[in-house]
Amino acid sequence: MQDRHLPAATFEELALPLFDQLYNFARWLTQDATEAEDLVQETYTKALRGFSGFQLGTNFRAWMFCILRNTFLTSRTGLKSADPDDTDMDSMPSPQPTPEAFLIQQADRAAVQQALERLPVPFREILLLCEVEEMSYEEIAEVLGIPIGTVMSRLYRARRALRAQLLEKFKGASHGV
Amino acid sequence: MACDLWREKLDLYADGELPAPDAASLATHLRECSVCAAEALNRVQTKRALAIAGKRYQAPASLREKVRQSVSAPLPRQRRWAWSIPAVPALLVLILSLGVGFYVQRETARRQRVYSEVADLHVATLASASPVDVVSTDRHTVKPWFEGKIPFSFNLPELQGTDFTLVGGRVTYLGQMPGAQLIYRLRKHEISVFILQDRGDEDRVLPSGPLSTFSFTVESWTKNDLRYFVVGDVGPQDIQSLSKLLRDAA
Repeated sequence: MQDRHLPAATFEELALPLFDQLYNFARWLTQDATEAEDLVQETYTKALRGFSGFQLGTNFRAWMFCILRNTFLTSRTGLKSADPDDTDMDSMPSPQPTPEAFLIQQADRAAVQQALERLPVPFREILLLCEVEEMSYEEIAEVLGIPIGTVMSRLYRARRALRAQLLEKFKGASHGV
Repeated sequence: MACDLWREKLDLYADGELPAPDAASLATHLRECSVCAAEALNRVQTKRALAIAGKRYQAPASLREKVRQSVSAPLPRQRRWAWSIPAVPALLVLILSLGVGFYVQRETARRQRVYSEVADLHVATLASASPVDVVSTDRHTVKPWFEGKIPFSFNLPELQGTDFTLVGGRVTYLGQMPGAQLIYRLRKHEISVFILQDRGDEDRVLPSGPLSTFSFTVESWTKNDLRYFVVGDVGPQDIQSLSKLLRDAA
């Protein structure tokens, strides 16, 4: 379907508005400014090259995030991040049934950021896609290349892991550490 | 439904992924159950906290510029020309039609110019005090009169049995060329016949055929190196029949 491919000018129009989101996501994944820059640049290069294969009517944003993520996963830093569905993430400390509203209210922005940083990449990325990028489950499934059912279960576990992180920090703070 | 079953749906509800009927029932439950409502509020707060905390990093302007340039850089030559392959025939058609259109327009304009000159001359002649210099209904009188006055000779048709009558003739100039102008009459209408040497240059090659312009009908042709114009305020059929007579006589 050669004629369904978008002209080059359209790639620019579609891709450039995603720049800020992609950089933020890249920085969260890599946890490093230089690596994030390289990752974003490589993402744009790859996307431009592969743009002729992009089908109209499919989600362009999800496609771009998918390229960025795949590029990250094959990078040195990315290779260290394991797939949570292969490892037993449930072994993480389970939070006590503390009233969570209280927990979140106690947790300031920096605390949430720190907790997010400490999460393994698969949990971190799915929370970012869901909460920061406000993607639908379908979009997330597209980016991560997993079924929607897996999106739901991973999201559930990611949230639980985040709560555990926050609780730990909160406990530590209350103990004056 | 028990609260713990609702709890399982709270994440989906907060994420906006719960199907509409379920979401409506859950909303009803949340108004009645304070425990579940607190849970739901907690999810929403967590989401909001994450959304804020997650928007953390600002890209350096230099990177934005680098990316912008890499994206807007011209594509490889091959790609750039790919679009033009189907466009080439279209472009040719466009050029051709423009060319033909231009040619036709130019020809029409030239024809109009020459014909309106002929029509002007015809009107000017009829308006003058002495339309003809030689008054005669006899072609054998009119034709010799032109000898020595114009650099060519011509034949005139026999009008016996037709509605046309010869009024007379005069020397005229059209496009700085001397020529013969003959006035014919048809039912009180005057018709001018101009006979000139056909210069054969491009300017004189006029498309023949009748042309109605300024309420006059004009017909023109060349024969034996002579250019004929027949112009009058009569219908094309009358002009054509006179033209035919002239052509046959020549």
